[in-house]
Amino acid sequence: MAAHTDHSHDFHQTGDIPKAQTKVIWKTFFILVGLTAIEFLFAFTMDASTLRNAIFIILTIFKAFYIVAEFMHLKHEVKALIWSILIPLALVIWLMVALIAEGSYYFDSIVNYFN
Amino acid sequence: MSTSTTLEEPKTGTWDGGNEPLKASYGKLMMWFFLLSDAFTFSAFLIVYGLSRHTHVPYTGRPEDFTFSTEWWPIPEKVFNAFPGFHGVDLPLAFVALMTMILILSSVTMVLAVEAGHRMDKNDVQKWLLWTILFGSIFLGCQAWEWTHFIVGTDEGMLLADGSRIYGANMTMNQYGPPLFANLFFFITGFHGTHVFSGVVMLIMVFINTVNGVYQKRGHYEMVEKVGLYWHFVDLVWVFVFTFFYLI
Repeated sequence: MAAHTDHSHDFHQTGDIPKAQTKVIWKTFFILVGLTAIEFLFAFTMDASTLRNAIFIILTIFKAFYIVAEFMHLKHEVKALIWSILIPLALVIWLMVALIAEGSYYFDSIVNYFN
Repeated sequence: MSTSTTLEEPKTGTWDGGNEPLKASYGKLMMWFFLLSDAFTFSAFLIVYGLSRHTHVPYTGRPEDFTFSTEWWPIPEKVFNAFPGFHGVDLPLAFVALMTMILILSSVTMVLAVEAGHRMDKNDVQKWLLWTILFGSIFLGCQAWEWTHFIVGTDEGMLLADGSRIYGANMTMNQYGPPLFANLFFFITGFHGTHVFSGVVMLIMVFINTVNGVYQKRGHYEMVEKVGLYWHFVDLVWVFVFTFFYLI
């Protein structure tokens, strides 16, 4: 051991490894599984409608929150980092509103053209 | 003697680079901003899917009477209803549910690897990284099966006006609906699959480094955290793909 002092202390520290803290991780896992199960419940018991789509999107945002906040640990970062990630994503909402409206307009103009 | 003691003292003055406003390391910050840009890419894909859907006629009849036609956009659960080993059985969204569970589970094993890294527990990091690699690879296998089924098509195929039938989907023909539907399927799930594949490759690299004791010698497992961030992002994208491509 003395001949390898450079490395030996790196590999002989198994004694003081603290116990795993996994309660929050498994809790988050069960929340994600639960939300997915609820999504399937709605998919099979409810007919397709705007309301059902809204429910799906809200549940998806909840799932995204738990993945980003707990698994990616963003909730526990400093505020400046949280906002530098979240604020630019507002652009996505803009793009979504603009392009979906564009698609609906295109559809309407095609339908009216042929009628 | 660890090598880190031979480095010169870092500068600590506010204007010498000692100030750390975001309290995160350079590597983690850059991973976050890369993921932000990647989020824009995936959002653009999914929004284009929404746009294409709105430019096509929706199916307005009863769901039970639904048939594949290039006239209208297909109902996803009528397209994705196959399961390996259950040929011809209508199991809507069952296989994609399994894939979702596998990916969420791989995300959990990834956090557990990161947690073990915080405790400098090399054995646990190895164990959880291996589980993550396993689940990631299973997911890729599932996706390969899903693609194969989508390309080969169903027994009935789609009846065309001239009486002939087409089977499966490629970039120009699609038995399930308008060709654009198949193109977007290949593009969006393909791009996500490429991300999963890159993630598995990175996980294998990190696993090899862990086994070789690279991070133990370095004194921290931050590389596991950074690959973990990427891996959770891939899971996050799947959550959105699942909702917008398969559910709605």
